Order: sequence, then C-alpha cells, then structure tokens
Amino acid sequence: MTILLFLIGIPAAFAALFPFMRQQKARGVMAYTGAGLVMLTALAFLAKWLSNGARTVVLYPSTELVDHLMIGGDIILLCLIIFLSVRYKRVLPIIFSVLQTALVLFTEYTFSARLTGQAHIKIDWLSILMCLIIAFIGGFICIYTVGYMKGYHRHHKDVKDRQPFFFSMLFLFLAAMFGLVLSQHLIWMYFFWEITSVVSFLMIGYTRTEEAIDNSFRALWMNLLGGLGFAVAIYWMAATYRTLQLGDVVAIGAQLPIFCLAFAGLTKSAQLPFSSWLLGAMVAPTPSSALLHSATMVKAGVYLLIRLAPAFEGNVTGLVISSIGGLTFIAASMMAIAQNDGKKVLAFSTISNLGLIVGCAGIGVEETVWAAVFLMIFHSVSKSMLFQSVGATENTLGSRDIEDMHGLIITVPELAYIMGIGIAGMYLAPFGMLISKWVALKAFVDSGNFILVLFIAYGSATTMFYWTKWLAKLVSWHTPRDRVKDVTAKDEYASMFFHAMLMLVLCLLLPFIALEVVDPIVQGLFGNYTEVLSMDVLTTMAIMLVSVFLVPIIMFFASKAARREVVPIYMNGINAGDNRFFINSFGEKEHLYLSNWYLRFDFGRRHLMIPSVVLATAVLVLGFCLVLGGGV
Amino acid sequence: MMRAGLVIAYILLAPVLGAFLDGLDRVVSARMQRRKGPSVLQPFYDLGKLFSKQLLAVNNVQLLLNLSYLVILMIAGSLLFAGADLLMILFILSTADMFLIMSASSDSSPYANMGAGREMIQVMAYEPLTLLLAVGFYLATGSFDVSVIMQQPKSAVFLMPGLLFGFMFVAAIKFRKSPFDLSTSHHAHQEMVMGITTEMSGANLAIINLGEYYEMVLMLGLFFLFFANKNWQSWIVAAVLCLVIFLLETLWDNVSARLKWKKVLYGCWTVTFVAGGVNLLILMLTH
Repeated sequence: MTILLFLIGIPAAFAALFPFMRQQKARGVMAYTGAGLVMLTALAFLAKWLSNGARTVVLYPSTELVDHLMIGGDIILLCLIIFLSVRYKRVLPIIFSVLQTALVLFTEYTFSARLTGQAHIKIDWLSILMCLIIAFIGGFICIYTVGYMKGYHRHHKDVKDRQPFFFSMLFLFLAAMFGLVLSQHLIWMYFFWEITSVVSFLMIGYTRTEEAIDNSFRALWMNLLGGLGFAVAIYWMAATYRTLQLGDVVAIGAQLPIFCLAFAGLTKSAQLPFSSWLLGAMVAPTPSSALLHSATMVKAGVYLLIRLAPAFEGNVTGLVISSIGGLTFIAASMMAIAQNDGKKVLAFSTISNLGLIVGCAGIGVEETVWAAVFLMIFHSVSKSMLFQSVGATENTLGSRDIEDMHGLIITVPELAYIMGIGIAGMYLAPFGMLISKWVALKAFVDSGNFILVLFIAYGSATTMFYWTKWLAKLVSWHTPRDRVKDVTAKDEYASMFFHAMLMLVLCLLLPFIALEVVDPIVQGLFGNYTEVLSMDVLTTMAIMLVSVFLVPIIMFFASKAARREVVPIYMNGINAGDNRFFINSFGEKEHLYLSNWYLRFDFGRRHLMIPSVVLATAVLVLGFCLVLGGGV
Repeated sequence: MMRAGLVIAYILLAPVLGAFLDGLDRVVSARMQRRKGPSVLQPFYDLGKLFSKQLLAVNNVQLLLNLSYLVILMIAGSLLFAGADLLMILFILSTADMFLIMSASSDSSPYANMGAGREMIQVMAYEPLTLLLAVGFYLATGSFDVSVIMQQPKSAVFLMPGLLFGFMFVAAIKFRKSPFDLSTSHHAHQEMVMGITTEMSGANLAIINLGEYYEMVLMLGLFFLFFANKNWQSWIVAAVLCLVIFLLETLWDNVSARLKWKKVLYGCWTVTFVAGGVNLLILMLTH
C-alpha cells in the first residue's frame, strides 16, 4: 500500500509549492492539477484496497524517522502559535499549546522504549469513506476556490490578496485530513489533529481584520483545549496501559482517556459549549467554510467519536456525549431561525447536525452509529454545496443576506436550483438526512433515551422552519428592480454541479450505500451487526424518492398544458402597474418588500446562547468529575 | 389484496368523504350559530364551480406546486392505507406541506406571503407531537408499521391517552380550525384576506381544496389507529369515535377565537410536552 504515502504526500507537496506561485493563471492550473491528482490517487487507493479483498489492514509498526519528523513538526507548530500569540498579545493559546506539546514530548521520550511494535496506520471501511469524502468534496472545493477567490478579491478590494497562502493552506489541510483518518497511532493522529487546528486558525484570519483575528484566536484556543484533552489521553494510555493504539483505547474501555479523547472530538466538531468558534469562523472566505468548517474538518471530531462509539454504550461518558449532542442539536437549530445571514444559518445548521451525529455516536449502539455514518455522508455533500452556492451568490449579488435572495429563482436561476437541492437534501423526505433522522429516532427509542427523543422531535420542527423559510425566499416569483449579472465562474459551477449530481446519485443509490458502505463500517466497529434498515424499507424509500422527483416534473408538463391568464397579485386594489409597487397613503408609489420571520425575541442568539453554554458546561464538568471519581 | 383495495378506495373516495365531512361541518356550525346554513352537498357544488372557472394565475409555477402538493398528499395517505411505516408517512405529509408553503410564497404577494409564514409556524407547532405519536405507537405495539399496529389484541388508546389528547389538540391546525387557523381558514372573517390561498382561484383553489380533503381523511385515519385493533367490531367503534372527534373539532372551532402565533406555538409545544411527553415517558418506563 505505498499509494497511501502519495495520498498524503501529493497534497503536501502542492502545499509546499503554492507559496511560490504568484501568477494567477498558473496557480489556477496548478490547483486543478492538484485536485485532480488527489482524486485520482484516492480512487487508485480505493481500487487497490478493494482488489486486496477490502480487509482491514494495519501498517507500519516501526517508523522512527517519521516519528522524529513529527516531533519536529509539533515543535514548529508550537513556535508558530507562540510567535503569533505574542504578536497579537494572546495568552491562552500559548498556555494550552505549551502544556500539550510538553506532555506529548514527555510521553514520547519516557515511554517510547516500552511502546515498540505499535501500528501507525489502519485502513478500514470508515477511513476509506473519509478519504473519499476528503478527496472528492475537498478536491472540488479546491477547484471552486480558483474562480471564487478571483470574484472575492474583485468584491473585497480592501482585503490584501494572499491567495498563494490560501491555496497552500487548502492543500496542506487535505494532506493533514488524510493523515488523520488513516492514523491508528494516537501520536500520529494528534500531530495531524494539531495541523488542522492551526490551518483552520490561519484561514479564519485570512482577511486580517480585527474581527477575523479575534475569531481566529477564539477558534485556536478552543481547538487547543481539545488538543490538550488529546494529549492527556495519550499520556494516560501510555503510562497506564502501555499502548497508544486507538483500537486499544476502545478495547480497554478505560473511562478517563476515552472521556479526554471525546472532549477533543467535541471541541473540534464545535459542540456546545464550544460552538462559538465555528460561528466566528464564518468571516473566512467561503471555500474554507465549505471545506474546513462544514464538510471535513469538523467531521474529524465526529469521526473520532464514531471510532470511540463502541466504548460509549451505557456509561457516563456516553451519556455526557449524547446529552451534549442532543442539546446542541436543538439549541443550534433554534438559534438558526433568528439569523438572516446565509452563512450564519449554515453555520448554526452545521453545529446542529453535528450535534445529532454526536448524539448518535454517544449512544454507542449499532443502530445509532449507522445513523451517524449515514448523516455524515449526506451532510458533507449537502453542506458543501450550500456553502458554495451561498458564496457564489454573495459574489453575484454583493450580499449573502437571505432577505436579498428574494426571487433568486428569477435573477440567478442556476444558483437558486443548486441551493434548493442542497436545502431539500438537508431536511425533506426522502433525502438521506431524513432517513438518518428516522433511524436515529428509532434507535433513541430503543435505547430508552427519553430526553433525546424529545430533543429530536422538537429539533426537527425547528430545523424544518429555518430551511423552509429560506427555500420560500428562493422560489418567490419576483422580478427584481435591477438586472443582476451572474459573475460565477465556470469552475465554480463545475464544482457545484458535481455536488448536485452527487447528491442525486447518492439518493438514488441509497440502498446500495446502506448495504455496501455503511453496513460494513458498522460491522467493522462493532464486530457483529444486526440489520438496521431492511431491504424492504430501502426499496420503498427508493420508490418514494423517484416519486418525489417525478411528481413535480410530471406536474411541470401537466401544468404547462393548462391555459391560463396571468393576472396581478392582490394588493387591496392599490397595485401600481406591476407586482412590485403599490400606492401608499401619501399617494406615492412604494416598493413592495416582503420579509421572512426571524422570531428574534424568542429564539435569538442573545437569549439562547448563554443558557445553553452554561448548561452544556455543567454537563461536561459534572461528567468529568464522575469519570475522574469513578475511573481513577 | 385488501391493502390495494384500501389504497384505491382512499384515492377515489377520500375527496368524496372529505367534501361530505366539510359539508357536515358547515351544517353543524350553522346550527350552532342558529343559522340554517348551506346543504350538506355545498362543498361538491363549490368544487364543481371552481373547476368550471377560467384559470387565472399570478405566475406560472403555482399550478405546478399545487398539483405536487396534491399528489404527494395522496402518496402519504396511500401509504397509510397500505399499512406502511408511520414515521415515513408523517415525513411525507410535512413534505407535502412544504409544497403548499412554496406555492403560497411563490406569489410574492403580501397576504399569501404572510399566510405562508404563519403556515410554517403552524407546522413547527404540530410537528413535535406527530413524531412523539409515532414513537408512542412504536412503544405500544412494537412497530412503526401501520399494518402491525392494526393487528394488536388491544386498542392503542389505552396505553396512550395523553398522546390522543395532544393529537386532538394539535389536529385543529391540520383541520384549519379556530383557534389555530392562522394561515388560512374557510371563513371570510380574518384579518389577512385568505392567507395562503389569497392568490389562488378556479382550478388552482379547487386543487388545494381537494388536497385538504385528502389530508382530512388521512388525519382521521391516524385517529382511527388509536382505537382499532384486530377485532372487526373495534373498527366500527373507531369510525364512530373519529366522527365524534371531528365534531368536537367543529365545536371547538365555534367556541374559540383565533389566537396569535406565539400562543399557538407555545400552546402546542406545551401540550405536546405535558400530554405527549409524560405519556411517552410512562410508556418508555413500562415497555
């Protein structure tokens, strides 16, 4: 499996080259090549693994040289964090970073003699799936970035053009993600984990405005706090159990290291009380939001939790994780209602959906993990597509306010359709997200978790609300005052069309994905496996899916045939010519403006954020005390 | 075979039954208000008239969306009568509602838009209870499948009275009855013309009416599930009780005034939590 080295090496090499690429056109070509190569390598990797019989493979027991390089890398990251923190006068990141690096280095040198013959890489269905998501979603986002960044800098003249740096970070991130999902050794995983934290930090600070810098440091310290949890788990495993294998952590089932690792997972996937960093991260250019803050990096957190899931069943850690996930699911979906900024809605919805995945993982039985994996696949595709279309809309309209998207279906129909498919994929029957919600609900009932059942019942209602009102804005048949010129580049469309197609194909292939991809993953994690969705149900679903697609299409032709007369809308008889104006009480023409519902006084962030953070912190602290008291 | 028969019967007869119940509702309401009221067959005349009118539309997508609403509702109802998965039926039901909301929003008209917004609030208000309802049936009977739920030795209502009460409470939203008829109603006495249906006329409006008849029968079918068990006698009892519930909704419609959205939302959520949640908790602890 030498190809594995290429999977990490190719994006890393491109990352090293990009800073020297000053020319726009050449950089574009290079990004296309890089993305293409990454996707091809991932395909070759998949083919190779499948031809070897699709077995779980454990590799590289002794890797002294690479270990030393990684220690060097850890120290470089530490220096970078200290340098930037001193420059911008922040203390917290330095403390966390020094503590955890010291702890990891100490572990490495004290126990390395006793930790021989440990595997470093493990390839199984879950890591393959993650690799495919990273390669294809990530690859297409890189392609999208080329066109997007051009439009971005045309639109934001005040921001210094640092595109070489941006592309370099994108590819470095891809390399780190591949490393992260393939690692079995905790120290390796920790190294890649830290790289993703730092890359995310650097990308959030791209514009270098005061807000961006504040938000980037918030993201940094929260992620470093999670990293500290990771380091404690590493130390504990090495000192007490003499092993640093992720698989052994699950097999041994010691509560403290599991809790610490799960804590790291919570921070990375922006669960309460750490959700604020992801909201702040929305100041970054859209590709980084699409790639890091919704499709892949935050998935690293849930990936770790899914890996740990078998060790969560029926213990305090599992209870804490699932409660925090459920709380995040409902709280974030309520706060999403009060947002009118498209990216903010997407951020809240990401946090909320990750909450559902975390809730599923925390229960830790086969059914819920099945739902978690399923959710992860569909969420990645849908959300990446939504972020890209919002980014393209922002470049075109000059605003990403949902209110300004009124009548997008007339002004920029292509973007409206893509956005519409993305939104429908997030909550409508019978798309993948809904099916996972269905399985999750059933699993929550089976595991007897009453609170989570309530959370999911209320949370799906609030989720429905914020998506529907957005969708309703898009389909409004309103001719705008000024004509809008679509400035979306071809490569951006290429990426978005790919995502839309992927979404539809995934839906059509739903039974296949359930049986051939998700089932083996669950089997790999738990050893045994009971059927979650019967073939019967899956076929019904496929039939329904077709009908939900077909009905509007057939109706389109059916309604086209109908003869009708188009008349103006009803405005109490004070219409002024067309549907855009009415006569106000001064007898003047006034422009009609229709607003959405935001329920700010009920569901606003100002009202809900602090109580939910306090509650989540309390749960977390309580859980930690229980684990510490019972496990040591 | 019987299932296919039921589905065909639903598709063919639901609008007839729905229109008849609508007529009955109007007669009973009129008697409660000491009016004579129209004949029971009035909804049929109305439908006929609407279909015969010239089609006036404010845009070219509304008809498409309305037709999709109707067909998807028919799919949801057919699944119920075919004995399929209850959760799936509820999910499709809300998908159908999405099409109605889209249709109203697509007008970009002030009144219809306001109605669409309120309809979303209503969906948000009733949805938690419907999900808890499905979970309740699952706990009480061991399956989400309607066909299994119908084959129980004892009616589910004995195990889930709280959920029945909650469902009766929120069903007023679906029947478009006061105090929850925010988004539209069959009466002209509302402050925002007709809400979602403001811009719909002729065949467009007739399609929505047909859809509502299908939905009405679907809702009564859900009530039916509470009472029916494997004895055929229970089916008769269940049918009678469904009619009683329907008339209770009419009564409630006539004695209450329309509420503001906040009261509707929090009222429904509270009832869901207290009646549905507590019932569910007991079921979870005992099953």
